[in-house]
Amino acid sequence: MSEILKLSDFSVSFDTPRGDLHAVRGVDLSIAKGESIGIVGESGSGKTVLSRATMGLMPSTATCTGTVEFKGAVISNLSRAEVRKNWGTGMAMVFQDPMTSLNPVRRIGSQLMEALIVRLGMSKDQARARSVELLERVRIPDPYAAMKKYPGELSGGMRQRIVIAIAIACTPELLFADEPTTALDVTVQAQVLELLAELRQEFNMAMILVTHDLGVVAGQTDRVIVMYAGQIVEAASTTDLFRNMKMPYTEALMKSIPRMDQSSGQRLRVITGRLPDPTTPEPGCSFAPRCEYATDKCRTEKPPLVTTQTGHQYRCFFPIGGSL
Amino acid sequence: MAGSGKLHLRLDSDPLLIVQDLVVQYKVNRKSFVSAVAGISFDVLRGETLAIVGESGCGKSTLGKAIMQLPRPQGGTVVLDGVDITALDGNDLRDVRPKVQMIFQDAISSLDPRLQVKNIIDEPLKVWKKGTAAERSVKVDNLLNSVGLDPVVVRDRRAYEFSGGQCQRISIARAIALDPVLLVCDEPVSALDVSIQAQILNLLQDMKEKLGLTIIFISHDLAVVKAVSSRVLVMYLGKICEVASPDDLYARAAHPYSRALIAAVPIPNPDVIVKRISVDGEPPSPVNPPSGCRFRTRCASASERCAAEEPQLQEVGLGHFVACHHPVTN
Amino acid sequence: MKKAQSLLIRFSQVALVLLGATFLVSILIRQLPGDVSLLINPVASEAERASLRHELGLDRNYFSAYWMWLSRMFQGDFGFFIFGGKVLPVLKTAIPPTLQLIFYTQIVALTVAVPLGVTSAYKQGTRFDRFTSTTLFSLSSIPNFGIGLILSLIIGVKIGILPPSGYKPISEGLIDHFRLMVLPVLTLAIAPISTYTRLLRAEMIGALREDYVLLALSKGLSDRRILLRHVLRPSCTTLMTSAALSMGGLIGGALVIEIIFVIPGMGTQLAKAIGMREFLAIQTYVAFIALFYITFNSIIDVLIGVVDPRTRSRRA
Ligand SMILES: Nc1ncnc2c1ncn2[C@@H]1O[C@H](COP(=O)(O)OP(=O)(O)OP(=O)(O)O)[C@@H](O)[C@H]1O
Ligand SMILES: Nc1ncnc2c1ncn2[C@@H]1O[C@H](COP(=O)(O)OP(=O)(O)OP(=O)(O)O)[C@@H](O)[C@H]1O
Ligand code: SF4
Ligand code: SF4
Ligand SMILES: [Mg+2]
Ligand SMILES: [Mg+2]
Repeated sequence: MSEILKLSDFSVSFDTPRGDLHAVRGVDLSIAKGESIGIVGESGSGKTVLSRATMGLMPSTATCTGTVEFKGAVISNLSRAEVRKNWGTGMAMVFQDPMTSLNPVRRIGSQLMEALIVRLGMSKDQARARSVELLERVRIPDPYAAMKKYPGELSGGMRQRIVIAIAIACTPELLFADEPTTALDVTVQAQVLELLAELRQEFNMAMILVTHDLGVVAGQTDRVIVMYAGQIVEAASTTDLFRNMKMPYTEALMKSIPRMDQSSGQRLRVITGRLPDPTTPEPGCSFAPRCEYATDKCRTEKPPLVTTQTGHQYRCFFPIGGSL
Repeated sequence: MAGSGKLHLRLDSDPLLIVQDLVVQYKVNRKSFVSAVAGISFDVLRGETLAIVGESGCGKSTLGKAIMQLPRPQGGTVVLDGVDITALDGNDLRDVRPKVQMIFQDAISSLDPRLQVKNIIDEPLKVWKKGTAAERSVKVDNLLNSVGLDPVVVRDRRAYEFSGGQCQRISIARAIALDPVLLVCDEPVSALDVSIQAQILNLLQDMKEKLGLTIIFISHDLAVVKAVSSRVLVMYLGKICEVASPDDLYARAAHPYSRALIAAVPIPNPDVIVKRISVDGEPPSPVNPPSGCRFRTRCASASERCAAEEPQLQEVGLGHFVACHHPVTN
Repeated sequence: MKKAQSLLIRFSQVALVLLGATFLVSILIRQLPGDVSLLINPVASEAERASLRHELGLDRNYFSAYWMWLSRMFQGDFGFFIFGGKVLPVLKTAIPPTLQLIFYTQIVALTVAVPLGVTSAYKQGTRFDRFTSTTLFSLSSIPNFGIGLILSLIIGVKIGILPPSGYKPISEGLIDHFRLMVLPVLTLAIAPISTYTRLLRAEMIGALREDYVLLALSKGLSDRRILLRHVLRPSCTTLMTSAALSMGGLIGGALVIEIIFVIPGMGTQLAKAIGMREFLAIQTYVAFIALFYITFNSIIDVLIGVVDPRTRSRRA
């Protein structure tokens, strides 16, 4: 297996009026061709910033450090014009918010066809035919009619599927899918996830799937990364993670999922407290204020990222089930 | 399932909201239109949480907005607290508005990115003249706290600096600012991570108890629906399929579409191989919905009768109604 | 059916505004000091004066005088000058210069402001951006008759590459026509250029932050294409609304500028008519000026609907 993407000591900070906001801190990550990686973590933990910054889609207030290698070449020091050559065909992104990521004043059809014409050099007719096919694959009813609509005339879930169709239009080698199914009901979600899985099979596409839905993670990914306060706090193969989680944070996350087998009307478990303020990092473990196992050591010293023989990584002094 | 009928209404229990024969249409072009909501009736008792689930694009958001008269529906009545608000004119309607608040599906884009968070939440309070500037400021801080945001950190920041989940919480704080009696939540937690999702759901639950809030909860996360709702309404293509308590629905769904929906829920365990009942076939065009039962083009149990006759809601168990000619029984 | 209905509503709105504006003016001009009948012929007899007052409708109340003017307008009688002659022929020669002036100014303002606004937004914070905004800001703070006088003096008189004032219709040669129009149009265009540029810049900076721009970027499209196809179009709605709103100021400006550059348009004629207390003429001129304003605004409303589907109603 060869690597398609490799991040080394990758950090992103924002220049804000309240000081530097460290959204992503020292992430090391590599992804093989065709691999599917899930990223989970609390809202605000830096999942979106990590994926956007990897692609190079950051506003000018952001500073990125560390290196990003795409297909063996360092891309983090390239100019935007150079990086852009990879966008669409090399890497593509399904944006998190389906309601805002389509241009409200242009028809669905033209937004879909655009990349096909500009990037793949298709003729208008070819692009139209391919677009209709894409819409069919993401299960949009009446694809011909949908091509002529404006985003405001579609439901939330339909827009999300359009955004997915745009991202896969040029069959990218690496797809960042930032919560791609949040607006979909479970049957359509299942179909869309199946479609993404097919694309991975057919074109050996690698995928980074950011999601809150641990059910989706369980079914769709080879490996899972848990992020907390901008850092990777746990990483393992999907089966390993679900069977044998090490981080107290991951455990707490799992416990707060509402389950179908719970009886109705029950209070849900929550992780009390909130993420640390990203402009003033904690001196010790960033999860310490909320962790039920925290000791004084946790509050003063930063736990390192430990890797076990099986490749399971965690960042904790007192992992669940003991350290190896 | 294209179901009609009103057998499931509980008019003798004095519901807070009674919706009857609601129709909302969108124009497609000069000649044709879609009935995104095609004659739906339901009621919500005081203090109840009614969940609405259904396929993407089946008209859930449209239904939620139509209750708020945004825009006004083309047909049917919406009676809130004994008042038919479809019959109210502009001014009277404006007076009723604060009683019903909606958390929109596109909450994030409904926040003006240029405003500071405190002003976003203060806006409705100011418009409805709720207290002095100082009182409102305290209230804003309380609201931020109650949705799990630290007022000191977030008050002065602008919406575009927040993550998706944080934005969602801000919009929830704004919606509850006016102490509404009915809250229509259109996928309020789908952008949130599980832990904050749980916090928000518990928060909604608390407010329900404390303020006697009644909630309509649109969602596609069936586990969440089970945790929060007292009644579930399953929709397909602008019509009702099934109405039941969540426990009944998940244990004994009688409608073929509801069953498929429940079977498609992903399980957070990689060792479980899910056997799905898939909903095959092309989703039908809402402009020309199938005759009879609207689900028949994709239903495994469809018969000739399903094409000829629209199924009406019938009771299959206590408080469990289904619109299907061949309901599944276990 | 629906379309006809909305057109009807639109049309009645226009009619109402026109009636209101002209009626108000008819009352206002009667407040002008001095007895017109004395102005013309100080030694006129009481009977002559009474007959003139009757002709002008001055012996009637406001409503009936207005009605008299209105019903004559509908019969194609646009009034007469107290000092002799009909209003209609004057109107026919005065309308084209004014319309040309306004039309050219809008075109020049938009063609200059759109690229300036787009570039400043794209190069936000750079020297180019700062230079454009300061220059435009300082220029727009000079009142336009001031700019007019300076331009006419420096370019027209001192340097002499363009005629300092005057007007020639298109029929007397396109080149001469445009040479004479350059300075007045430039003068008038400075204010809207500044407004449009600033507005477009602000709108586009907002739009550049939108997710859909990121999505367009991530498709691998060029900056140029994104700016023009994805960012400019949503921002245009605001620009066009502002163009419509600035129309009032522009018409007012044009009327003043005509006098400075000696253009025989509505402004010049209106000034003349006011000086001479030409009641009927003033009223007719004002009616036409209001008509320009409303027509232009309606056209822009329709255009906004074409450009921005969000403003269109799609309900059955
Ligand atoms: N443009 C920006 N300017 C300043 N801060 C930002 C900006 N974008 C994101 N942030 C901050 O970076 C942190 C990480 O945000 P990010 O959007 O990556 O979270 P996330 O993990 O994707 O959360 P969610 O699950 O809610 O989408 C947050 O604290 C957020 O406030
Ligand atoms: N403004 C509009 N103009 C035209 N058609 C519209 C408009 N808004 C919604 N529709 C159509 O109405 C139908 C129902 O849309 P609605 O947004 O209510 O679906 P939904 O059930 O909320 O779906 P989702 O779960 O994907 O949000 C869809 O077919 C959609 O295309
Ligand atoms: S290091 Fe300490 S505080 Fe941090 S997760 Fe482990 S036990 Fe909890
Ligand atoms: S069995 Fe018939 S009525 Fe029931 S859902 Fe299927 S098609 Fe509809
Ligand atoms: Mg995110
Ligand atoms: Mg919706």
